[in-house]
Amino acid sequence: MARVDLANIRHAYGPNPAKDADYALKHVNQAFDNGGAYALLGPSGCGKTSLLNIISGLVQPTQGRVRFDGVDVTDLSTEKRNIAQVFQFPVIYDSMTVRENLAFPLRNRGVKKAEANRRVDEVLEMTGLKAQARRRARGLTADEKQKISLGRGLVRSDVNAILFDEPLTVIDPQMKWELRAQLKELHRRFGYTMIYVTHDQTEALTFADQVVVMYEGEIVQVGAPAELFERPSHTFVGYFIGSPGMNVIPTKLEGANVRVGEYLAPLPAAPKLRGEPRLEIGVRPEYVRFGPEGIPASIQRVEDAGRLKIVHATMEGHPIVAVLREGEDLPADPHITLDPKGLNLYADSWRVAFPGFPGESAP
Amino acid sequence: MKPVNQKAWFLVLPVLVLVALSALIPLMTVVNYSVQDTFGNNQFFWAGTRWYEQVLHSERFWNALLRNLVFSGIILAIEIPLGVFVALHMPRKGWGVPVCLVLMALPLLIPWNVVGTIWQVFGRVDIGLLGAVLSGAGVDYNYVQDPVDAWATLIVMDVWHWTSLVALLAYAGLVSIPDAYYQAARIDGASGWAVFRHIQLPKMARVLTIAVLLRFMDSFTIYTEPFVVTGGGPGNSTTFVSIDLVQMAVGQFDLGPAAAMSLIYFLIILAFSWVFYAVMTREDVQPKADKEGAP
Repeated sequence: MARVDLANIRHAYGPNPAKDADYALKHVNQAFDNGGAYALLGPSGCGKTSLLNIISGLVQPTQGRVRFDGVDVTDLSTEKRNIAQVFQFPVIYDSMTVRENLAFPLRNRGVKKAEANRRVDEVLEMTGLKAQARRRARGLTADEKQKISLGRGLVRSDVNAILFDEPLTVIDPQMKWELRAQLKELHRRFGYTMIYVTHDQTEALTFADQVVVMYEGEIVQVGAPAELFERPSHTFVGYFIGSPGMNVIPTKLEGANVRVGEYLAPLPAAPKLRGEPRLEIGVRPEYVRFGPEGIPASIQRVEDAGRLKIVHATMEGHPIVAVLREGEDLPADPHITLDPKGLNLYADSWRVAFPGFPGESAP
Repeated sequence: MKPVNQKAWFLVLPVLVLVALSALIPLMTVVNYSVQDTFGNNQFFWAGTRWYEQVLHSERFWNALLRNLVFSGIILAIEIPLGVFVALHMPRKGWGVPVCLVLMALPLLIPWNVVGTIWQVFGRVDIGLLGAVLSGAGVDYNYVQDPVDAWATLIVMDVWHWTSLVALLAYAGLVSIPDAYYQAARIDGASGWAVFRHIQLPKMARVLTIAVLLRFMDSFTIYTEPFVVTGGGPGNSTTFVSIDLVQMAVGQFDLGPAAAMSLIYFLIILAFSWVFYAVMTREDVQPKADKEGAP
């Protein structure tokens, strides 16, 4: 296991990149701690798979260095980096049995037969594939095949990190839960450094201790799931994480207050801003309250989502989404207030920090 | 009782008519000839199994059949590995792909008798590029007089003509392998040979089965090219069953024995193809059997 450092990584697939738009990865600096469970979360095409492939060495970055435990591995081949990677579609060697599949990486590295057998037995145990060991890998189900792909990584005792590239895409829904639980269990028992690429927020938030959110070739926020939810550092994070996403409403600043139409909402302090940025407030639907006072709103429609009700309304000409918990009802003449706890200010889409206030990172 | 809808027959009918006209009726004519004797004038005499016995006891037939088997064996042993080798080295992207595909398809587009003519001239010692160069270099080459040279010419011609079919099929199998397989192999530290043996070859197995079947059936019924190049000679050294058959039917007008021979020939090809297919697709059935057998 190792700590993985990415320093000033830029990557372009085309030759001679000039503008920022030519880069699939614009500028990435990120450290993955030894034994951490990370998720790389973002929409399709945001560069998360490129980043993963740069770590494993399948892709050479245009610029920047990759270090494992401080050792520069940028110029090392995939094989030498000693990485395990599980792909979106299960990769198995059709003509081999499950056992032979698992032994394959060891055989290629010239590991002695007795040692290889011992390792394979261990991995069969870890992945729960013992019963299928002598079967042809070709005849297995998708989730069993995916376990083989994973097992081929685990079988090398000294892998630096295990990388997952949307590994549950082709797995049946009920098996997804089981496999994900098994991954977490492996992480807990053996402390592997795991990096998990996904575009599914549920998958990312349940798997990882730290979620790295990517957008258009950049990392926009790294944090624990709760942090991403409460303090999205970019409007994209607010929109991408949470369902329904965060409300983003244009605003004007008046001292330590933000103005929406006739209504003023308090900020922790008067923000220091450079220049004249485009200002927006971001409020999660969970922090939008209905009551007899506040900004007058008109209700467009109400969706019943089981235990919650999702209310689509307009307020001062801006659409806004709110969540009603079980038992809560809409008042006859609805007015909206925004809970200051959940109020975030964005300047040019990036969150304005108020260092030193509760719920904020240290100054 | 549930009424049976007979409309489906109308939908199948066109196919039945086509197959009947193109295959079944001609085949029945051959069956008809094979059990009768005729001297023209539409006069037929019942011959029973006489022609079959005659063909099966004739050394001429068995020799021709043996030549067919040896020929098919040799060209399969050359064309399949060579085709795979070529496919492995064809470009996967860029401008090279269409260029390569067109070049490879060219020999396949040439009519067979033209292929024969090309090689017939190409190999001539007096004016042919190949023949003249070889004899100029002091090689004793003459496909008209030397059976070995005649065989070599036919084999090289067939390899030239058909390897690209095998290569194109193998290439189709290769490009259908997702990148993730190669990436996983790199992560697993697989050597180039291991990638070929455990990824590329298994993924090509299906198309190679088809390639082997096509090349076997084609080469086993080969007629046009050797007929044009060697005419079955020198002596009988390149007389394959089909050439023999035409000589018997058209040259000697022995319609009965020729019909019996073509039916035997047909059954042999059918049996061979079936055996090939059964053997080569056996692996596909196995995992299923495994599953049922597993506790």
